[in-house]
Amino acid sequence: MIGRYLSRPRTFLNSICVLIVALVALSACGSSTTNGSSSGSNQPKTPIKIGISVSLSGDFSADGKAEQEGYELWAKEINKSGGLLGRQVQLDFASDASSTTQVVTNYQKFITVDHDDLVLGPYSTLLTKPASVVASRYGYAFIEGSGGGPSVFTQGLTNLFAVSSPVVSQLNDFTSYILSLPPSQRPTTAAYATEDDPFTQPMIDTAKAALEQGGIKTVFYKVYPAETTDYTPIAQGVIAAHAQLVVLGSMLPDAIAYVQAFRQQHYNPEALVASAGPDQGSSFTGPIGGSNVAEGIYFPNGWYPGLKTFQNQQMVQDYIATYGGTADQISADTAEAFSVGQVLEEAANKIHSIDNAKLIAELHSDTFQTVQGPAKFNEQGENTVAETAIFQWQQGNVVPVLPPDQATATPEFPKPNWP
Amino acid sequence: MGLIIEAIVTGILTGGVYALMSSGLTLIFGVMDIINIAQGILVILGAYLSYVLQQQLHIDLFLGLLITMPVMFGFGVLIEFVFIRPLKRDRTMLSLLVMYGLALVIEGVLNLIFSADLVQLQGWYTTASFNVAGFYLSYIYVFGFLLAVVLLAGLYWLVYRTKFGFSLRASMQNRVAAELIGIDVERVSAITFGIGIALAAAGGMAFGATNAFDAASSYDLISRVLAIIIFGGMGSLSGALIASVGMLVVEDVTSVVWSPVWASTVFFILLVIILVVRPQGLLGQAEVRKQ
Repeated sequence: MIGRYLSRPRTFLNSICVLIVALVALSACGSSTTNGSSSGSNQPKTPIKIGISVSLSGDFSADGKAEQEGYELWAKEINKSGGLLGRQVQLDFASDASSTTQVVTNYQKFITVDHDDLVLGPYSTLLTKPASVVASRYGYAFIEGSGGGPSVFTQGLTNLFAVSSPVVSQLNDFTSYILSLPPSQRPTTAAYATEDDPFTQPMIDTAKAALEQGGIKTVFYKVYPAETTDYTPIAQGVIAAHAQLVVLGSMLPDAIAYVQAFRQQHYNPEALVASAGPDQGSSFTGPIGGSNVAEGIYFPNGWYPGLKTFQNQQMVQDYIATYGGTADQISADTAEAFSVGQVLEEAANKIHSIDNAKLIAELHSDTFQTVQGPAKFNEQGENTVAETAIFQWQQGNVVPVLPPDQATATPEFPKPNWP
Repeated sequence: MGLIIEAIVTGILTGGVYALMSSGLTLIFGVMDIINIAQGILVILGAYLSYVLQQQLHIDLFLGLLITMPVMFGFGVLIEFVFIRPLKRDRTMLSLLVMYGLALVIEGVLNLIFSADLVQLQGWYTTASFNVAGFYLSYIYVFGFLLAVVLLAGLYWLVYRTKFGFSLRASMQNRVAAELIGIDVERVSAITFGIGIALAAAGGMAFGATNAFDAASSYDLISRVLAIIIFGGMGSLSGALIASVGMLVVEDVTSVVWSPVWASTVFFILLVIILVVRPQGLLGQAEVRKQ
């Protein structure tokens, strides 16, 4: 067969030339779409499509739903006031089922099939990591609100911008508070149980190191797979250790399971803090039997309804008007997603463009205001000015109790017995 | 040592709950030679039915079974009539596909109605416990275990002491031969499927009272329940009970003694060993032949 081509070199060369021209043409078309549309000046009235992967099922389903609400709320508000750069915002959601493989597929589809102008981040460090790599491959800015684990920032990406505070230090105020207690009141033993997750484990390990250095003995430490469904043996281990302080690296399902197990076993630690779960409002208090059961539980967060930050009060009012309920039922995930939208909006307005390359440059150089507070990003994409507070369930409400300059109530210590 | 004993006790009690969920699945396979891959979502559907009765009508969870089990029985008969009976060839493989599709539909409907929020069935017994030799036994686990014992005992009586049970066992042994001796195998299949789904309702209530759940919880459930019936022997009710208890005890003890990371691994290593020695599972074909 090759011989036939060699005997007709002109035909062969012509074919090669056609092939090369076709490849060049296709590449040109591809590069014009991989960076999204530029300022949209060619078609100013077409909506700006933003691809977002949300966890509508799986382990992160409650958080995913709250996050979707935050994005939708932001889109609704911006469209009400004329859109982004005069164009309506259209959110292109896809469910990732809390799966790292599905989230990659989703972002590939947003960029290469749907040709979305922009993409925004999914829920969790676990999903943000692979998703951000996809966005980076195609030169897309990747603003996200729920992926603050340290491993997100060691990927060497320049397109990633984490609006919320880095997770590793989120319990610092809590550990400082515990260590500041008078020796007669201070817990002497601590139990730690954490998911093997890039969000929870770094936070718990940092807290453990600080508390051990302060003289609080570790009597139980367990890391369990994120796929665990039966938390009873782990809870039993915590209970059997009789620790005075319990530090949980949990998400919503395990936080619920631990509270149930501790209640059933009449185990009342003096203090109980969880990385996530209690921040989910009614999604947490409902399954555990009411907000009175949550009394005294601590958790870290970058947001609460009463925070006096840019557009926060308006967002809370709009949320209640749209979804009902009360302010305390609003998940922090909603605020994180809303913050992401705010940063995108401010950056685009400042440069009058949604070109991804220009957005990335702008996001690296400026400071932005969000419902969670200010956002300024370092080279790795960490928000270097983010603030985290420690919250506690008190009398059915979530109140900030630490640090003192952000507190609206004093920490309740020791934690009251389960009802 | 106390922790190990506690893990064994918890494993036995929790195993009863899984026995309820898996007994229906093994029964359906035994009679109909189909793997009801939708069993997990049907358990969750049963849990949601109990949830609705509790929330809307304030009916106690256990009393609510008097409503949910017949409803789910009827639903099971309907599923068999509409989706399974038309499958005349390659039943085992096609039923996997059909039931998987049905599972996705049910999951989607549940998500639409209830959203992805986790819920948990509540009652005075879901958080209360009593002291036994220094540790607390939760009432819901004890009640769930007793429910499993009562229902499985009732199922045993039905299968081994009634005329219907005779027909059912004959169908399990040899479907064609059962037809030849005048047994209405299709009727037996429909009723068996209904019973299997009714047991899922009971399992769902027990599961929902001990775990927060949403529609996506079915994926974890079906993988565990399938492992249980393979371990116990497909088609064997006693095997399902022993395997359920065995699985949970092994996992809980491993979690406590070693690490939660290895809990499932140890169980599956044991499963492989058992299957190498007895490919039919613990009480698989042997028990059927004994009948």
